[in-house]
Amino acid sequence: MENLIKVGMADLKSSTHPGILTTLGLGSCVGVALYDSMSKVVGLAHVMLPSSLQARNNINEAKFADTAIVNLVQEMVKLGANRNKITAKLAGGAQMFAFTESSDMMRIGSRNVLAAKEKLEELKIPVIAEDTGGNYGRTIELFSNDGKLLIKTIGHGVKNI
Amino acid sequence: MPLNIDDLNNLQLDVLREIGNIGAGNAATALAKMLNKKVDMEVPKVKILEFKEVTEILGEPETPVIGILLRVTGDLTGDIMFILAYKAARVLVNILLGNPSDDDSEFSEMDLSALKEIGNILSGSYLSALSTLTNMKILPSIPDMAIDMAGAILSVPAIQFGKIGDTVLYIETEFTEGSTKVVGDFFLIPDLSSYEILLKALGVIS
Repeated sequence: MENLIKVGMADLKSSTHPGILTTLGLGSCVGVALYDSMSKVVGLAHVMLPSSLQARNNINEAKFADTAIVNLVQEMVKLGANRNKITAKLAGGAQMFAFTESSDMMRIGSRNVLAAKEKLEELKIPVIAEDTGGNYGRTIELFSNDGKLLIKTIGHGVKNI
Repeated sequence: MPLNIDDLNNLQLDVLREIGNIGAGNAATALAKMLNKKVDMEVPKVKILEFKEVTEILGEPETPVIGILLRVTGDLTGDIMFILAYKAARVLVNILLGNPSDDDSEFSEMDLSALKEIGNILSGSYLSALSTLTNMKILPSIPDMAIDMAGAILSVPAIQFGKIGDTVLYIETEFTEGSTKVVGDFFLIPDLSSYEILLKALGVIS
């Protein structure tokens, strides 16, 4: 396929049509997939942590749900997206290990999903689909053609949302 | 000031390398006892990588890997994770359980249990070296294991490191038994508050 762009951990990318944005092996991180169906501009952020406000080191804005989403929307608008038409899909936020002992490492996946949703709501971007949680990794591909988000796993099937 | 891995100086890196060396050396001895075979070890490499590269340390981000995670409590709190490629895990289990060396079938319950024990013993002996070196009480929890895409498993230590900086520090160890090579990576992840405690105990900062 044409124009496959990889998004690394704590990274974000956007593209005009035609383009496919992908991130491989999402675990507790969350993939925030944004799409404007009119301009067909896509954006994908691979978010590691919920909030830049709680971090001691917040230089890399793509790392945090709050700052990454704001930056991604700005990038997409520069590429011609209509800010008010952008919709969101979420994937990832798994809990890879089932520890019951209290550790702030745990539940980070669901906290990431929650933080992404809060920021999206604040920006009035509707979340139209999600495949989050569970205890398994996901590879995702976001297509500029129709905004489809393809999700691949090991042992938990393949789906489109 | 909290410690930032991105700013570690050479002395601090040397100390971490030495911990890795002693810890992995202990782990190799434990592995040799477990397998009842001579196990050699390369000098462990301390590596510092950006997040973008981290998911590729064991090959492609989608490569299946085994991650074994132990919570650490005591004078030092944090987590330790041992990770190795699916194929390397298969090799270890075959040696340990006396399976044919070309067995590459899916892991049975027995295999998984053996694997968890391997991770437990390796991580435990690593921690006990650290405990001796620093004179700190370090208590590992029972191990938890996950088998999934490398990127997904590695996101767990990466996120912890992400709270303090933009890089991940880990120790790559290579064990050799006969003609078989097994590469595994240790991630020692002290909680934020424990970094200073650790470096103080090692005499790196005052």
